[in-house]
Amino acid sequence: MIAVRLNERLLELPEGTTLAQLRAQEMPDADVAIRNGHPANDEDVLADGDCITLIQRGRTPSADELEALLVARHTPGVHEKMKTATVGVAGLGGLGSAVAIALARVGVGQLVLVDFDVVEPSNLNRQQYFIDQLGLPKVEALSQTLQRINPYVTLETKQLRLDENNAQATFAGCDVVVECFDDAEAKAMLARTLAPHLPVVAASGVAGDEPADQIRTRKVAYNLYVVGDQTSAVEPGRGLMAPRVGVAAHHQANAVLRLLLGKEPV
Amino acid sequence: MNLTVNGEAHVVDGVATLGELLRVMNVSTKNLAVEINEKMLKPEQYETTPINDGDRIELVRFVGGG
Repeated sequence: MIAVRLNERLLELPEGTTLAQLRAQEMPDADVAIRNGHPANDEDVLADGDCITLIQRGRTPSADELEALLVARHTPGVHEKMKTATVGVAGLGGLGSAVAIALARVGVGQLVLVDFDVVEPSNLNRQQYFIDQLGLPKVEALSQTLQRINPYVTLETKQLRLDENNAQATFAGCDVVVECFDDAEAKAMLARTLAPHLPVVAASGVAGDEPADQIRTRKVAYNLYVVGDQTSAVEPGRGLMAPRVGVAAHHQANAVLRLLLGKEPV
Repeated sequence: MNLTVNGEAHVVDGVATLGELLRVMNVSTKNLAVEINEKMLKPEQYETTPINDGDRIELVRFVGGG
């Protein structure tokens, strides 16, 4: 017998089994076969330790299948902690849309997405939206995208403007909240309002084209982490662009990952 | 009075409240979050919050863009 992994599930097969036989046995409708990372042929004879992926175009994997596929790429032990986590994202612009996508990809089980805005053409220079989503509420557009990435993430969406009176209730039950606003006073408000209750990963200083390495994650107060260079404000002559905003967003997502794993972000 | 502000030692005298300290240090309250000894304050508390010797104060300024 040989042992192979099919879509990350361990199978024992008789020696000499071909890819065509495996496909017929396990997934006859599969359109595409990948063997050890490369497109494979039906007549290939499988070897012990092979890693086979069979894909049926247009079919959504079951929750268990998708979980197995994601877990296989993650560091061991990460998935269980992500699956039970709830993360709030405050603002779904250049930072928030990218943060939410990274968290969905790493398997965070529940996301609370909050934004009052709609998708505008000017957003497309850095935000994770598409031409066919122009005019949609951002909570709705981003939910569509996240569903295409991982249909098993539970999404709670709230189209509202956050303030000191509604922020705590809006994110009740979250393990971490990511502050992804554009407006400086709104950023400070959310940090002041939420950090006494749960960890907040905020951003400040993400505009312009200064070196990406100036973007850092800092612990600046109890329960409060700030990502950015802390000085590069958006202002006339210094715009917000996909590369630097994306670097900051992924710093934020990584800080969330570390917090959920029980590690200090810095 | 010895204070630690954003990790740096400061010697300040004649200051009773956080509001006074911010004025003495020429710190605007705009876009600011203030924590004293790991307790985050609301802006309406700045004028009434006393400053004491040994306090550890974090002043977190936010700039726009996201």
